[in-house]
Amino acid sequence: MFKMAKKDIPNMLTLLGESMDVYAPVKKGKLTNFEDFTEGAELDIDTLKTVKSPKDFFLPQVENLFSATSQGKEINIEAKALRDKPFVIFGVRSCDVRAMEILDSVYLSEPVDKFYEARRENGIILSLACNEPGQTCFCTTFNIDPAHPNADGAMWVINDNIYIEARTEKGENLVKLISKFLQEGSKNEIVQSQTAIREKLNKLPYSDLSLDGLEGNQLLDLFDTPQWEELHKTCLACGICTFICPTCQCYDIKDYDTGGEVVRYRCWDSCMYSDFTLMAHGNIRNSQKERFRQRFMHKLVYHPDNNKGEISCVGCGRCVNKCPSSLNIVKVIKSLAVKCNV
Amino acid sequence: MPLNPNSSFTPLIVAFCCNWCSYAGADLAGTSRLNYPAQIKIIKVPCSCRIDPMFVLRAFQKGADGVILCGCHPGDCHYSTGNYYARRRITLFFSMLEYLGIEKERTHLEWVSAAEGNKFASTMRKFTEQIHALGKNERLEDIR
Amino acid sequence: MIQKQMQERAKQMLSLGEVTCVLGWKKGDFSTNPQPAVFESEKDLEDLVYDKYCAANLSKYLVELTKKEGKVLVFLKPCDTYSFNQLLKENLIKKERSYIIGIGCEGNMQVDDDMQEIGLLEKCQTCTKTAHMVFDELIGEELTVRQGDDPFEGVLNLEQMSSDERYGFWREELSKCIRCNACRNVCPACNCRKCVFDNNKYDTAQKVNASSFEEQMFHIIRAYHVAGRCTDCGECSRVCPQLIDLHLLNRKFIKDINEFYGEFQAGADTDTPSPLTDFNIDTDPEPGSVHKRG
Repeated sequence: MFKMAKKDIPNMLTLLGESMDVYAPVKKGKLTNFEDFTEGAELDIDTLKTVKSPKDFFLPQVENLFSATSQGKEINIEAKALRDKPFVIFGVRSCDVRAMEILDSVYLSEPVDKFYEARRENGIILSLACNEPGQTCFCTTFNIDPAHPNADGAMWVINDNIYIEARTEKGENLVKLISKFLQEGSKNEIVQSQTAIREKLNKLPYSDLSLDGLEGNQLLDLFDTPQWEELHKTCLACGICTFICPTCQCYDIKDYDTGGEVVRYRCWDSCMYSDFTLMAHGNIRNSQKERFRQRFMHKLVYHPDNNKGEISCVGCGRCVNKCPSSLNIVKVIKSLAVKCNV
Repeated sequence: MPLNPNSSFTPLIVAFCCNWCSYAGADLAGTSRLNYPAQIKIIKVPCSCRIDPMFVLRAFQKGADGVILCGCHPGDCHYSTGNYYARRRITLFFSMLEYLGIEKERTHLEWVSAAEGNKFASTMRKFTEQIHALGKNERLEDIR
Repeated sequence: MIQKQMQERAKQMLSLGEVTCVLGWKKGDFSTNPQPAVFESEKDLEDLVYDKYCAANLSKYLVELTKKEGKVLVFLKPCDTYSFNQLLKENLIKKERSYIIGIGCEGNMQVDDDMQEIGLLEKCQTCTKTAHMVFDELIGEELTVRQGDDPFEGVLNLEQMSSDERYGFWREELSKCIRCNACRNVCPACNCRKCVFDNNKYDTAQKVNASSFEEQMFHIIRAYHVAGRCTDCGECSRVCPQLIDLHLLNRKFIKDINEFYGEFQAGADTDTPSPLTDFNIDTDPEPGSVHKRG
């Protein structure tokens, strides 16, 4: 356990920038998002939730896979290089750290996604405890502890100091790089702060949100429940929930003809869109009800079924804030749990 | 026909021409052996009101440096009123491009009739010079 | 409280069978986050709320709802009635399948990430719509207040910038876009059955902004397609997760239309032709002459 002065963070990040890319929550206007930390950027570690989750750095919204050019009858295909430069993401919250583990279970299981894997290997995550959990947070429902975040290194902000604990080899190496800013700290100094966070968590509106009724094998029951009819009614079919969600992971692959070459790229897709699952024979999900159901069944049922019960929601609460129709996974969980308790 | 022998920049210009007037005007310019720059690429449309703003944006995306739209003089539309609609649409569209900070000289609308081969050639020459002076289109090009 | 009145009236109409369902706002988990909802029973109506957080424009939901048999009772704020008229004009909703109760509005509140109120929504700060354009009956219309700011101020400020500054401004704003399509899907004027940006048969389909061009393309074309039909309901700016001031694009068109072709308010009635489906032989300016202004 080390500690450093909070005011030294920008200098520390600049130092790290000499050997790797540094991404941190940066405030631009009214928005805070993870961005390149460059000179003059306004670091903002007080804002609890960035609009976009840091999944961008491992699964970018758009990335080129390969390009193809033709010369006479020859076609040259050139794969895009994998990420080989290390990078650090500073100040990731517990929920987003868990989200990364969920993405891992999709992208690092066979067949392994090479682009994702390369980023994962080069990426170092420094997580940050949530001193002030937000009203819309419900990470505790998924047994995430925002007072004791995971990742390569964990951090706590206490008054004017920031405490850093390396958890992995990557984390330890990183700590060595910034050792000139660090002093020894003791674990006891963060205990009080952790207790305070846990007390705040118990008072949040969603602290009693329970997954009872969603456990066990009842896929068909949930799939056929009449609740979906009611729940989806005001869904506008935009993709806001999927794009700000830290665990939504579906993508589409498209080609772009630049004239001189054809670039194949992949980009995030949303199960809310009408051409998701569009195949040669047509589409298997033709109504918004089916699309809406897919999103939540995937998160609450299909993903856990395939991944040892790991639910692919982390309770970050972004969808609770942003949905134009105020629909969200909490409403779905509540409604489905009721159905099964009856 | 490089306008300025010292410059290596040859602008690519797309001209959307109405089938009934300016396209015939271009023909007349040709048969009259009038000179106009070879980098003007003409796309024939059935009427100036067929021009979707998306066409103009797509031309820029694919590397055009200037886009010129040509139609029948107001009152002379083959379909009676097409160019009146086009006039409103294009007015608003050009105004929007300017609002977004795209150089207003990159787009132009000119009414050219089938009998105005001379006007067609001189308009194209003038527009090419204008784009030449402006340089390469960077604000609206797809950088992939 | 007009919420009580609204509940009573809705229950009455539902029990008499005059309507088959009620479109309103339902109590959410947070008092600041009510949800647009369809009520089908008197019991459900207990959850109907109406307060300063009920910002969603319910007209949009009528497009789907009035496709079905039956009659929908809908609560519309003054600004929402403009959208209703516009949708009616475009034959996207059926008047005979809806019953409009116009309700008063004192302005809606913006809510931050922590569900705390942080002041009036932009659309309400610049509200010009104080009267209901279409209704079957009214409840609490005397509550409505005009907020005052000039809606075109932002557009004017931009117009006075240099071309480079404007380009810089829009580059910065539009590059924030994550293409979640919330602005498009919440917009009552955006109701194409298949959006050109979703149509895989045409190579304009874009799921993502793969280049800076595509950011501009999407927003220019979207604003252009709703020009003359946009009632300036402000929903696009309200829902944008990245806080892009999208109304600045729509209001530019509205301002231009007003200047070039005479004052026009989309949705004020259902008869006046839209400026882009109309023309005036003598007075319409030429694109070139408009350019010279700048």
